[in-house]
Amino acid sequence: MLDAKIPSGSLDDKWTDYKGHCKLVNPANKRKLEVIVVGTGLAGASAAASLGELGYKVKAFCYQDSPRRAHSIAAQGGINAAKNYQNDGDSIFRLFYDTIKGGDYRAREANVHRLAEVSGNIIDQCVAQGVPFAREYGGLLSNRSFGGTQVQRTFYAAGQTGQQLLIGAYQALERQVALGNVKMYPRHEMLEVVKIDDKARGIIARNLVSGELERHFGHAVLLCTGGYGNVFYLSTNAMGCNVTAAWKAHKDGAAFANPCFTQIHPTCIPVSGDHQSKLTLMSESLRNDGRIWVPNKKNDERKAIDIPEEERDYYLERRYPAFGNLVPRDVASRAAKERCDEGYGVGTSKQAVYLDFADAIVRYGKIEAGKEGNDHMSIEDIIVLGKEVVKEKYGNLFDMYEKITGENPYEFPMRIYPAVHYTMGGLWVDYELQTTVKGLYCLGEANFSDHGANRLGASALMQGLADGYFVVPYTLGNNLADDIYSKAIETTHPAFAAAELVAGERIQKLMNIKGKQSVESFHKRLGKIIWDKCGMARNEKGLQDAIKEVQALKKEFWSDVRIPGEINEMNPELDKANRVADFIELGELMCIDALNRNESCGGHFREEYQTEDGEALRDDANYMYVAAWEYKAEHEWTLHKEPLIYDVVKPSQRSYK
Amino acid sequence: MEHYNMNLTVKVWRQKNSKDKGGFVSYQVKDISSEMSFLEMIDVLNEKLIVEGGEPIAFDHDCREGICGQCSLYINGKPHGPWMANTTCQLHMRAFKDGDTIVVEPWRAGAFPVIKDLMVDRSAFDRIIQAGGYISVNTGNAVDGNSLPINKDHADASFAAAMCIGCGACVAACKNSSAMLFLSAKVSHLALLPQGEPERKSRVLNMVAQMDKEGFGACTNTGACEATCPKEISISNIARLNKEYLFSSLSSDK
Repeated sequence: MLDAKIPSGSLDDKWTDYKGHCKLVNPANKRKLEVIVVGTGLAGASAAASLGELGYKVKAFCYQDSPRRAHSIAAQGGINAAKNYQNDGDSIFRLFYDTIKGGDYRAREANVHRLAEVSGNIIDQCVAQGVPFAREYGGLLSNRSFGGTQVQRTFYAAGQTGQQLLIGAYQALERQVALGNVKMYPRHEMLEVVKIDDKARGIIARNLVSGELERHFGHAVLLCTGGYGNVFYLSTNAMGCNVTAAWKAHKDGAAFANPCFTQIHPTCIPVSGDHQSKLTLMSESLRNDGRIWVPNKKNDERKAIDIPEEERDYYLERRYPAFGNLVPRDVASRAAKERCDEGYGVGTSKQAVYLDFADAIVRYGKIEAGKEGNDHMSIEDIIVLGKEVVKEKYGNLFDMYEKITGENPYEFPMRIYPAVHYTMGGLWVDYELQTTVKGLYCLGEANFSDHGANRLGASALMQGLADGYFVVPYTLGNNLADDIYSKAIETTHPAFAAAELVAGERIQKLMNIKGKQSVESFHKRLGKIIWDKCGMARNEKGLQDAIKEVQALKKEFWSDVRIPGEINEMNPELDKANRVADFIELGELMCIDALNRNESCGGHFREEYQTEDGEALRDDANYMYVAAWEYKAEHEWTLHKEPLIYDVVKPSQRSYK
Repeated sequence: MEHYNMNLTVKVWRQKNSKDKGGFVSYQVKDISSEMSFLEMIDVLNEKLIVEGGEPIAFDHDCREGICGQCSLYINGKPHGPWMANTTCQLHMRAFKDGDTIVVEPWRAGAFPVIKDLMVDRSAFDRIIQAGGYISVNTGNAVDGNSLPINKDHADASFAAAMCIGCGACVAACKNSSAMLFLSAKVSHLALLPQGEPERKSRVLNMVAQMDKEGFGACTNTGACEATCPKEISISNIARLNKEYLFSSLSSDK
């Protein structure tokens, strides 16, 4: 079932050879080929724009009111590229190697190498579009460091890199809309894939304003619908982020790979109470300058500033001297959990650690004083100067922190705790980003391909744009070249009618339940089960319990959910119910996958499998594979294994000490 | 930070669809924590409405971290509520006190028709961008990113304008419903960069023409837009827009 279609030849040449030999579609034929793009974040907008530029007839869909709102916009820190502008030893190989190692040797070499190869083109493309990256005084692009690497290869635009990259892709997309190459369908949600002769040939989408179901034909369908982090209810995802499109594709034949590989980001603003609807990230870039610590006494009730230096435990610097506060996300998150579980946590909930900028403020202040030639400046004045520097670097993040918590992070250390942020798992795709359903592609966070069991910071933006700008325009052509004789299929075809019926019946069924509990309350309960038992640490018993609990929750949902309003009108509760119903089913598969993987790797930490000092213990002999699940029936999946073969990198125990 | 709970009266604009006349409905909400965000308070109210068999209030929101621009809401007569440089989703309940009455309305602007309750249609903004808010460079045409050094001050000023989140608060705050701050932010973002130079004249002329076509009002320099902008986009961008427009209309080849 799984043919990854990885080109032969040496790793360095695979992509170049592929591009040199793949089939092309001539411009006159491109005009006749229609492509559907679902989702308009970095992957979707860049794909839709690029395919429109090439001459394909594109239809793009998003659930938001405009493609500019997609959640890629919230990415803060930056985007990696192997430019080596800093002359610090970076190269395509190092970016490739760091990504494979960061993913704990659970990603495909060929895909990751291609990602590193095109990373530089992404920066060039974005600069050409007018993305205002941070620059040095000489006018050249600026870089900073991110976790899991020892070079500076992260390009950024203050703390709003995702916003600037998305607006760049959005503008390219709107240009194609103006030129008539792309037709945009905002406030639309995909509910079914339409398959004809075993090929994806269209979608059923719901117009979220009128509630009507619509049929759309495409010679190919691209799902660029982002991750499924909202299965946890609380996450840094946007409220509307959902798995529905990917899940429908899965139930219609697309294998779902490594669903248990989820990323818990170490630096988020802690939960403040039961009312909490979402969590907010504090960019990883803060770990360039912030130092993470807890008191070295349990249940210390003193204020942070009253705890003297020698009574603080900078546990990341202590445990991982080589990488210090810049260890990868999975490592930093687990270390925070370990300290809090042991009783060293801070704040009212005791589920938080400090991220402290006091040292950085003094360090920067001294540099500024030095620039002024003043070696005798008072510490108070140094701090004033230092705060200015920190403000320039991270001002918007500090403001955001203060708005949410009401505390001033220039005066007191931030309180942070890990939160769900990204999902490495997703629809299984081959080298061409095609799923196990012919004609159905998956790009960006929605696929599983590049980050293994843990994603490094500033790599999500890179992957989204790589897939959309530089990969799918080639691989789609290679497959559509065989489709130039296929005429557009009328949406009166019985397959469209059948898919529409399925979508319509499900909506009707949801509305007919007329139970007592809100959609939100089910979502919260699902999130709690998954967070407690399939979150930062998992074990066999917990996962077995979780599967039963999720199954029971599903039953209760389908018999007692209450959805007010009507079908044929704008009905956000119905939209949410559709999404939560799919999250519940996905939650079960996540636990099954986590239970199957009897090892710890990256973000997947099984308590039974750890080294003596609490690090993840992989089992390469038995689990060096991609777990791709095929949907069979309710509660029933078949596991297919794609072995991971490392020709170039030698897997070893990941060490950041 | 001291936390407290409060009981509030919330007066909300309810409107079934774009054809409905709409009107205010008052609700009582109890035990609201000062730590909640404003939208979480609406979530609590909606949960209560659903369980009691009513219809929840429809409102736009997505990222809930102040960057996507999807949330809107006129709160006590101000777009995005009482805090400066803030979006509705980042407004927290410590801005209010026990016993307060809070009035919540959708954006008020003819070019942003109400879809339902507090949701409005802002697609006019997308069409203004379609008229020219981009640099015409197809994928694959780019030269090395560092082959074009850009003066840091210009790059920073361009970024400051590019921070616009397209929420529409500027239009909602303006007595003329003018979209000049939104448009000027995009024109400035691109005009301040050398990459934007080739299309500089046609861009501003086409975008302004589209803005007029959409039914936004004229700018009379009252500055309400700048005062309400969650990203503190400067009104000096409007001055730049006027300069660009004048220069382009006098010198454009077309």
